[in-house]
Amino acid sequence: MQYKSQAVAKPYFIAAIGLFVGQILFGLIMGLQYVVGDFLFPEIPFNIARMVHTNLLIVWLLFGFMGAAYYMIPEEAETELFSPKLALTLFWIFLVAGALTIVGYLALPYATLAKLTGNDILETMGREFLEQPLITKVGIVIVALGFLFNITMTMLKGRKTSISMVLLVGLWGLAIFFLFSFYNPHNLVKDKFYWWWVVHLWVEGVWELILGALLAFVLIKVTGVDREVIEKWLYVIITLALVTGLIGTGHHYYWIGTPEYWQWWGSIFSALEPLPFFAMTVFAFNMVNRRRREHPNKAAVLWALGTGVMAFLGAGVWGFLHTLAPVNYYTHGSQITAAHGHMAFYGAYVMVVLTIISYAMPILRGRAANPEKAQVLEMWSFWLMTIAMVFITLFLTAAGILQVWLQRVSDTPMSFMATQDQISLFFWMREWAGVVFLIGLIVYLVSFFVKGDTRSASAS
Amino acid sequence: MSGIFTKAMARNIFYGGTVFFFLLLVALTFDTNKTLPKRDNSANLTPAVIAGKKIWETRNCIGCHTLLGEGAYYAPELGNVYKRRGPEFIKAWIQSQPTGAPGRRQMPQFHLTDEELDNLVAFLKYSSEINTANWPPNIEG
Repeated sequence: MQYKSQAVAKPYFIAAIGLFVGQILFGLIMGLQYVVGDFLFPEIPFNIARMVHTNLLIVWLLFGFMGAAYYMIPEEAETELFSPKLALTLFWIFLVAGALTIVGYLALPYATLAKLTGNDILETMGREFLEQPLITKVGIVIVALGFLFNITMTMLKGRKTSISMVLLVGLWGLAIFFLFSFYNPHNLVKDKFYWWWVVHLWVEGVWELILGALLAFVLIKVTGVDREVIEKWLYVIITLALVTGLIGTGHHYYWIGTPEYWQWWGSIFSALEPLPFFAMTVFAFNMVNRRRREHPNKAAVLWALGTGVMAFLGAGVWGFLHTLAPVNYYTHGSQITAAHGHMAFYGAYVMVVLTIISYAMPILRGRAANPEKAQVLEMWSFWLMTIAMVFITLFLTAAGILQVWLQRVSDTPMSFMATQDQISLFFWMREWAGVVFLIGLIVYLVSFFVKGDTRSASAS
Repeated sequence: MSGIFTKAMARNIFYGGTVFFFLLLVALTFDTNKTLPKRDNSANLTPAVIAGKKIWETRNCIGCHTLLGEGAYYAPELGNVYKRRGPEFIKAWIQSQPTGAPGRRQMPQFHLTDEELDNLVAFLKYSSEINTANWPPNIEG
């Protein structure tokens, strides 16, 4: 560790992993509820489990992004963090607020939670992914502003690299677009239209800047390739991401009451959205092939390469699969969407956070890389989780194709529930793939506790 | 990428491209907002519809159902449920939950009053009259 204050990243990473475990457990509950409908009913109805599953994902990725920024920015700026104390205070605020929110979801009826937390003052709840109570949303904004202040001040007093600029633009964008979550017009079409300004402009917009910056940082460290080369690539990738992704928002505006010209804008631009992910894959492999050093942390290199490939498959290929308006007419809101959502989130954002954790965590624990045995285990967890996610995606895709056929294409369309019965075999297989994912996650956790010979952190 | 294409050029293209396409998105957004009233059924946004939307939100219906194709994929599409089932069926269905059929997916009992049920149905009727470019492909959603 080059700067003492980078240590504040450690609790962020630990919290991220802890919440990740919670996310997966709730995912398995939901997966089972797909086939055993009354499982845990009425204690944990599906809508509550789903809210916990998706909100935990968002929160742990945010913990990961913040930890990554606290780790990277001092090193990039070549100065200590502006205020480590503020970073730790915000950590506890965010963790306690997040935990209370989850407890609220599980312990109270949602309508009661809404009443108790000021939803009558400003109605923002009950929209997918933005289910958080008003006070939690306000808390997120406060934490984000404190975090951005800390990071920006650090950067201002030190070296300004392209990587830290891109990271900062991405993080500021994240905070700014979240503000649209406070806008919930009565007009359903407008509600949906601006809801995407949070959701789409996050994951297919500014988050890609964060993703690119994290990946570029780790690649510089583990390959020793010249910063100029890597940062040039970074700019090319994020240019492609935003040039395609901004108007690509239109692929959500086909069937929600918005003008039909969005079918053209959305189809054309979002058909190009795989390009940045393809460039990212080429970039990662290229840099590793041109490496000037053999970094002892082989696991981190594997995660970095995996991020490129899986982001391209999940976000790029599976996104393209149903993004053209004539195709999307049949697949919109089906299991195809679920298949894409799972692999895209895992391949892009889960894996990049695990990449930076894999690289930084050993250093935060005082060594350049983990012992050989721990790395082998970590790489096993990489393959278990990644292959499990590939199968989850394939099974959901199969379920989706059948669903579309039976319910929407057929001359004698089946009802939604009758269709679900027909495709339950694939939901069972998805659940078993989910169990393998959990096993991979357990192996991942165990890898942190395996001891052995380690080299000192000076090699970093 | 040859030596002619420098990092500074890449950076300038990034900032220029981002600004240009963001402004294009804003322009299209303005145009969309201008033409929306022709399609979004906002003329029928009555107090009952608005109250019904709040019921929809505070019961987290989107956590199981889709509405105009967006939401969770665990339970049927409700953007067109008014046309598929009609108002009386919808109310009776909500009131009779959960079915308790072993192994079947269960919907919670929300203890809605008659007025709340009417508002929710008004919201679903309003939703079903939004011009969605003929989506979904058929009445099953």
